[in-house]
Amino acid sequence: MIELIAGKYNYWIYIALMMIGFYAMIAKGNLIKKIIGMNIFQTAVFLFYISTSKVKGGTAPIEWEHAILYDNPLPHVLILTAIVVSVSTTAVALALIIRIYKEYGTMEEDVILEMGEGETQDTEQRLHDLEDEIKDAELRLRDAEQIAKSVD
Amino acid sequence: MIDFLLLLFLVVCAIAAIRMKDLLSAIMILGVYSLIMAVVWTRLNAVDVAFTEASVGAGITTMLLIAALSRTKRGEEGNRQSSISRRSLAALLVVLVTGAVLIYGTIDMPNFGDPNAPANLHVAPRYIEKSHDETGVENFVTAVLASYRGYDTLGETTVIFTAGICVILLLRRKSEQ
Repeated sequence: MIELIAGKYNYWIYIALMMIGFYAMIAKGNLIKKIIGMNIFQTAVFLFYISTSKVKGGTAPIEWEHAILYDNPLPHVLILTAIVVSVSTTAVALALIIRIYKEYGTMEEDVILEMGEGETQDTEQRLHDLEDEIKDAELRLRDAEQIAKSVD
Repeated sequence: MIDFLLLLFLVVCAIAAIRMKDLLSAIMILGVYSLIMAVVWTRLNAVDVAFTEASVGAGITTMLLIAALSRTKRGEEGNRQSSISRRSLAALLVVLVTGAVLIYGTIDMPNFGDPNAPANLHVAPRYIEKSHDETGVENFVTAVLASYRGYDTLGETTVIFTAGICVILLLRRKSEQ
């Protein structure tokens, strides 16, 4: 049991970090908070990935005459790419948030959703009114036709 | 011991960043979190990644967030009272279940630092043995990044290019349309 904890506690801390970010992404209403959660989530994944490259007694993967064992360089390469990609996603997400703020004047998810619902309700109401008007016009047209026939 | 303390500090920073009501404070704490992450990666001997995280993660991400904040609003209004408890309870449930499943998954993983872990036995030894002769670069990470996986890096550049175009299109002024 102690061996299990000693060997794996790192992984569990990474999972805790990842879940903190995940929680922020689901539960927080503010869009910037969601981005912060996403960042924490991403770095936790990177940390997990990097930790698999560590070898006990290994040195940094740069050629050195006294080195006996090197750490695995491959995860480092992959995560270098991933960090830059994560910054790109953050930039696009922030640009979207700025657009949303310009459009709605808020970054709170609840408020934006309510506004959206209000708009659909308004449109439905207007559609309903228009349908009523069309019915009225049809009735009036029929009346007019009947009058025209009776005059003939 | 120091590694454990650093990881613990990371968790504290993460919780503080998402609990902070003032968004600017939350962003600054996220910057601290990224910098500690860079220290952790130095401890894990991933020096190139630590450099990138310190400059790109702690630097550019923080700057982008502050720039976005300057064009929007600083305070977080918080959830409406009626929906707050149900939503965060559901989120907590999802998060706990996911975390439990992931922890269950780690039981089968090789221990931390195991030299015989499958991830360290395939491809990597070849890079370590031959990359200097084949590419003439002493840093294995650079050799793999720029030479063996050069197409990967090209793809990364394409992603940045696309993201840049997206940001320009999204933030273009209306009068230019």
